[in-house]
Formats: sequence, structure tokens, C-alpha cells
Amino acid sequence: MLQIRNLTKIYDGGVKALDNVSFDVPDNQFLAVIGLSGSGKSTLLRCINRLIEPTDGQILWNGEDITKASPEEMRRIRRKIGMVFQHFNLVHRSKVITNVLAGRLGYINPAWSLLNRFPKTDMEKAIKQLERVGIADKADHRADELSGGQQQRVGIARALMQDPEMILADEPVASLDPVLAHSIMKHLEDINDKDGVTVLCSLHFLDLVHRYADRVVALNAGKLVFEGLPNEIDDKKFKDIYGRDAERVG
Amino acid sequence: MTEKNKKASPWKSIQFGLAILAGLFIYAYGFEITKVDLEDLRSERRQESLTRVMRALARPEIFEYDQKEEIINSPIYVTCPAGGTPTVPVPDKSSAYLVITPTCAEPGETVQVEGFNFAPNTSGPLRFIPGSDPANVVEIGRDNVETDAAGHFIYDFTLPKRSSKDVQYIRATLRQNVGVPHLTKTAYDTWEKIVETVFLALLATTFGTFLAIPLSFIAARNLMKPVRSPLASISLSILGWPVGIMVGYSIVRWVESFSTPFAGNIPINLLVIVVVPVLVSFGIRWALPQEEISKPDRTTQITRYFVLLLIVLVSFYGLFHLAGLSMNLGLIGKTNLGAFGFLGNFLFQIGDIVRIITPVLGGLAAGGVLSSLMTRLGQRATEKLSSGSIKLFNLVFSTLAGATVFGLIGQLVKSLYQIGNPIYTLWGPIFTGALLGLLLAIFTKAKDTLPTGMVIYYVTRTFLNGLRSIEALVMAIVFVIAVGIGPFAGVMALGLHTIVSLAKLYSEQVESIMAGPLEAIQATGANRLQTIVYAVIPQVIPPYISYTMYRWDINVRMSTIIGFVGGGGIGFLLQQNINLLNYRAASAQMFAIAIVVASMDYISSVLREKYV
Ligand SMILES: Nc1ncnc2c1ncn2[C@@H]1O[C@H](COP(=O)(O)OP(=O)(O)O)[C@@H](O)[C@H]1O
Ligand SMILES: [Mg+2]
Repeated sequence: MLQIRNLTKIYDGGVKALDNVSFDVPDNQFLAVIGLSGSGKSTLLRCINRLIEPTDGQILWNGEDITKASPEEMRRIRRKIGMVFQHFNLVHRSKVITNVLAGRLGYINPAWSLLNRFPKTDMEKAIKQLERVGIADKADHRADELSGGQQQRVGIARALMQDPEMILADEPVASLDPVLAHSIMKHLEDINDKDGVTVLCSLHFLDLVHRYADRVVALNAGKLVFEGLPNEIDDKKFKDIYGRDAERVG
Repeated sequence: MTEKNKKASPWKSIQFGLAILAGLFIYAYGFEITKVDLEDLRSERRQESLTRVMRALARPEIFEYDQKEEIINSPIYVTCPAGGTPTVPVPDKSSAYLVITPTCAEPGETVQVEGFNFAPNTSGPLRFIPGSDPANVVEIGRDNVETDAAGHFIYDFTLPKRSSKDVQYIRATLRQNVGVPHLTKTAYDTWEKIVETVFLALLATTFGTFLAIPLSFIAARNLMKPVRSPLASISLSILGWPVGIMVGYSIVRWVESFSTPFAGNIPINLLVIVVVPVLVSFGIRWALPQEEISKPDRTTQITRYFVLLLIVLVSFYGLFHLAGLSMNLGLIGKTNLGAFGFLGNFLFQIGDIVRIITPVLGGLAAGGVLSSLMTRLGQRATEKLSSGSIKLFNLVFSTLAGATVFGLIGQLVKSLYQIGNPIYTLWGPIFTGALLGLLLAIFTKAKDTLPTGMVIYYVTRTFLNGLRSIEALVMAIVFVIAVGIGPFAGVMALGLHTIVSLAKLYSEQVESIMAGPLEAIQATGANRLQTIVYAVIPQVIPPYISYTMYRWDINVRMSTIIGFVGGGGIGFLLQQNINLLNYRAASAQMFAIAIVVASMDYISSVLREKYV
């Protein structure tokens, strides 16, 4: 159970990216986060694993307050939270397999990982994850030799290596064409169904929300403006979320 | 808009005119103080010496023949004696001889010198020998003669203004090449020094690169900005450094004392070197499991730390034996390897270096470990204790830490400026530091974090920028004073300059890496060091290689002139030959420099293409 309580983030420049946001995410839910660009979706997801320090509020995960965790506790918490990014964020010059193994960094002894040594079980596990997302044959390629869709699968494999209990996906399909978008979303759906992983996924297109999400939260200028089921978004709600001038397409 | 432009235009023209005037003025003054004067260039004397130098430069002293010389003196009277034309002894006509007509003349007059029976097609100087001693080494004049196929020459010789009652001489020195050309001594010397030059550059670049890499990470804003710690951690870790260094240094020296009885005992050295790695690898396997899902219990953890400490001590012990072995083998090699004795010397020197720096490294390592343990302790305390007690804690420890830092700086000042008054070098700084620490603790909220990273960043940057602005040549002068004339001073100077300039360039590369992979690696739970190894290093490898190559180019160039100030390398020879007006030798050295610089240029461009 993830509980967001009065979360506020004010950036150094004074921008209020999150304004007193509160909602709960039960375990094993597929939650979509929607909103215009600049509404605070990325900020929200990054506050949860504290890549961004929240200004105020609490984030309780299984009862533990993430915002109060010490650096060491944070390491332990982060390794249970996988993250998938819009621009994949792979290390381009490293091999695919190294990118995937990086998902274990929160577990292995730092002294060993500095020498680029991973336990044998991790090597096997990495191959297995690559097989799961269907690109085991690319293991020894450099990451930047892969296409966008393939890179995002590596990103998912990296998150899976963490044995995550939760995955934060920040617009995972916004840089991909619609066909690829569905294949990536299906992987996330599969992880959500089979592995029981909670997924928080920010999305641009409402059709993807309807197709994949169990529940939706919507942000507008940092404020929570909607929380409910995907099919509850009627025309009025739509205008609340996307602004008065927005037109509903598709 | 147009209206406004039109109005402004006269004022703009005036501005433009003034700017041109100012420019003229600046350049006029520049000409004056740099003494630009083509008149001097056109003077005949300059032209002549320039031609002479250029000719010498065009004939580098690389190859030469063995030469056979024929030296013949022939008497002459400058100012004719009162008794009319003097008679001179008839020369021996069976070998080479000179005939001078007339046998006496006034200074500045011309006499005809004719040579017979010399070796055919030879050449050499024809000079006036003042004084009445035919063996006099002083020669006057710059005339040159050449013999024809019959070994004969005729030359109109103008007598110098050296009159004397006694007989004087004209000397022909005709030289002939014999045998095949061979390398000159200059060529051998040049070779030796150019090798020294290249290795000087190599060592400086290698050391510089290795030390610049860690510096570049702490001089990168994007890596340091997120580093913040509570005041309690900062104070404790500052106190941890000096204590750790002292304790570590003494412990390692203590460990060393167990290895000294075996100095020179190669079998024992070997035994230790085999046993230690085995012990260490077993110990590490046990104490540092590769992966740990759940936290181990307290006793296991304490035993592990204890075993790790033992491992470290044993490793240092092994290191001393390794150094000893290297020195012993080096000594043997030096005497027995003949031409490869330098390998022995290398081993010996490496062993010596390891022996000397190991305690220092031990001290630094212990300082680092203790300080990071203290940081954690401070972190823990800040989390667990109440705000009030942390405030009290900070008041005490921040004061102590401030006093320590300023006290140490005071001691440095004392040794540098030889100020003997402890009010200025000990109590004053300690009091100031304590006061500053106390103020910091008073004005910092108990559990706030401070931007430690940015402080370290600014200190490092300032240090790098300051040192970088000192030319390597100037550093070489300082090091020549510190370690004596020779290539070692050059290595130190170039190495130091390489560290600071590469660290700056490298850190700019770190600052321009993509932030995405960095946050992705952080999100997996990787710690700071892991993030650097997995997200930063792969991104900066290509620019690092290319900057290192570029620096290598610069170092080769610099090492060719660092000898001008005594820093070793070919510059020393070059400067010496220029000062002795030995331009042909200097030319050989300039050629060598040109060849080396050009080929290094080529090699580095090929490598760059291949790896970047
Ligand atoms: N590092 C930052 N510094 C200052 N302002 C930021 C920063 N990152 C994002 N913002 C601002 O915060 C708001 C929310 O941004 P973001 O969370 O990226 O929105 P979204 O992901 O929904 O597009 C925007 O107005 C953006 O300009
Ligand atoms: Mg975003």
C-alpha cells in the first residue's frame, strides 16, 4: 500500500510543481497518472523514490515514511522500486547486459560491483529477463545500437532485475510509435498481472488509459483534479483535467 | 525605429572613429615597447650572421666522415723589414708546401698564396697565425681554399692588421674525408636525450592522468551538488581525517617493522607474497558476500569488520614484502643483466617507491575510512536524537572541528613562513576556527543539511584554477630547486601541470554528460560510487581518451623545452649548443624534436580515430 499525504514540491525557482497532493495506491494496482505536460507527473513519480526531494508531505509505503528515510534505508527502499523512463535512460556505450545487470546494484556489495563483478545467479537472471522481453539475442550489443522499442524493453528488464514490488513508469511510451507503445504497455500489464507488481504509469493518451489502467489520478498545475476509474472521465471531467479549450479526440 | 536609428548614426560614427583611434594608439605603443625595427634586420652584419646560422642549420651534424688533415705553415713578414725583402727557407718540395709572394707586405695588403702537392679536391681554411710561433692555435680570418685535381690552389690573401718585426705565418689546413660516413657524437647524444624526452612526457602524462580522474569527479558540479550532509556528520568527519591519518600511518609503520627483519631474504619474501593473496581472497570471500538480501545480525557484522581489518593489515604486510622483493631482485638485475640493467633499476626504484608511499597511503585510507564512519555516525545521531540534543552535539563538535581545521592551517603557515609565535600560528587560528564553528552551529538548524558537495567543489575548482595558471616551465624551475637538475624535476613539473589541466577538462566533460542514465542508475538503489562507475564513467571514456592524447601531444612539446630550465630532456643540449654558437649540433637537435613531435602527432591522431 502506497499512501501519498499532502505532497508538495516547490522547485528552487519557486515553481509549485505539486500542490498538496494526496491519494492511495493499493498493492497490485495499475494506476495511470494523467495530465497536461508540465502538470507535475514526472515530479510526482520522482518524489516517490526521492530522485527529487519533496518540499512537504509524506509518502508512506507499507507504513514506512519514505520522506524520512536515511541514505542507507533509501538504498534498501529504492531497490524495491523499479523505474522506467520516457527516454529509456540506458547507458549508451555500455552493453545491453551491463545495463540490465545495473538493476542489481542496490543489492550487490558495492566493493564487488566497482570491479564490474556480478554473481553468477545475477548473470543468469539478466538473461532470463531479456528473454522475457524478447531481446536475449541483443545481450552483447551496445545499448545505442538498439531501436527505441528495444531500448525500452532493456529498460523494463533493468527494472525487473530489481525484483520490484512497485514500478514507476514515466511516460514509458511517449517516444514510441503506437504499435510499439502497445507492446511495451503489454509488458507492463503482464508484470502487473503475473508478478503482482504495483504499477504507477504516467500516460498521454486516454485510449491507453482505458485499455490498461485499473484506476486514474489526474493532475493539473500540480493539483489533484481527478481520482477514479477510467470510464468515469466524462466530458466535464475531461475539461477539468485538460483545460477548457481541449477537444476530445478518438 | 528608423527615426531612432537615423538620430543615433552621427554618434555611432564618432564612436567608431574613437575606437579606431584607440586601436591605433594601442598598436603604436605596442610597436614601441616590443621594439619592432626592420632597420636592424637589413643591416649587413645581421644579414651575414643570419646566413651563417641558416647554413649551419641546413647541415645538421648527424653524419660525418673521418678526416685526414694536412696542415702547412709558411712564413711571412707583415711590414717589410728594413733590409728589403727577407729570404725565407726553401720549403721541402717532396710533400705539400705553400709559396707566398711576396714574402713581406704591409697590413691590409694582399699577397698571393699558392699551394702545391696537396691531396686533390680537398678544402679547408687558410688563416693567418699571429706571433712568431708556428704552433700557435690562434688563427685569424675566414678564408677558405679548395685544391684542384692536381692538388694545387692559388688564393689572394688579405693580411690582417697585425704587424710585427718577427716572422709570422699563414696556415693552410686542408681536410679530406676518408672512409664511409658514420654518426656523429652529437647524433648519439641527441638520440639519448630525445629518448629521455619521450619518456619524460610519457611518465608525466601517465601519472597526471591517473590522479586527474578522481579529481575530475569532485570538481564536477552535477555530481557534487546533491551531496549534502547534516552538520553533525560534517564535524565528525572533519575530526576523523587527521586522527585516521595519524593512526593509520603509525599502524602501517608498525606492520612494516615486522617485515624489516626479512629485508634481503628473497625466499621469505616469496613465501609471504604467495600466502598473503590466498589469505586475503579467502577472507574477502567470507567478509564481503557479493549479494545480501537481508541484514546480517550484529555479531556477524562485527566479526566481519574485524576480519576486514585483519585482511587490510595482512595486505599491507604483503605489500612491504613485495616492495622488498622488488628491490632485491632489482639490485641483482642491475649488476647481472648487462645492457638490460635498467630493468633491474626500474624494479628497485618501484620497490623503493612502494615502500615509501605505503605508510602514506595507509594513513590516507585510514583517514578516509574513519571519516566516513564518522559521517554515518553523525547521520545516525541526527536521525535518532532529539533536535535539542543534536543542537548541543553540534555546538560541541562543530567548534572542535573548526578549531582543528584552522589549527592545522596555522601549523602549515608556521612551517611555510617560519613564524615562531604560537599566538599567530596556533592559539589564534584555533580560537578563530572554534568561534566560526560555534557560529555555524548556532545559526544552523539542528537537523538541516549543508551543501558539503558544493564547498568541496569550489575549493577544488579554486585550487585547480590557481595551479593551472602557473606555466609548466615555471613549475619546472621550482622543482629543479626542490629535487635538483634532471629529468625527475621535469616529470614532476609536467605531471603536476597535467593533473590540474586534465582535471579541469575532464570535469567539464562530467558536467556535460546525459543526466538520464545517472538518475536511472540512482533509482536502482546504487550508491554514489556505483553511480559513478556505471553511469558516469562509460559516458566520459571517449572524451577522456581524447583529452589524454591531446595532453600527451602537449607534454611531448613541453618536454623538449623544459630542459632550458634544467628539467631534463633534449632542451638542455639544445640550449647549450645555441649558447656555444654550435649551430650544426643545435640543428641536429631541432630536427630530432621536429621528427618526434610530428610522429607523436601522427600516432595520437591515428589512435584517436581508432578509439574515439
Ligand atoms: N528541475 C526543475 N527546476 C525547476 N522547475 C522544474 C524542474 N523540473 C520541472 N519543473 C517545473 O515543474 C512543473 C512540473 O514539471 P513536470 O513534473 O516535469 O511535469 P510533467 O511531467 O507532467 O510534464 C513544470 O512547470 C516544470 O517547468
Ligand atoms: Mg514529464
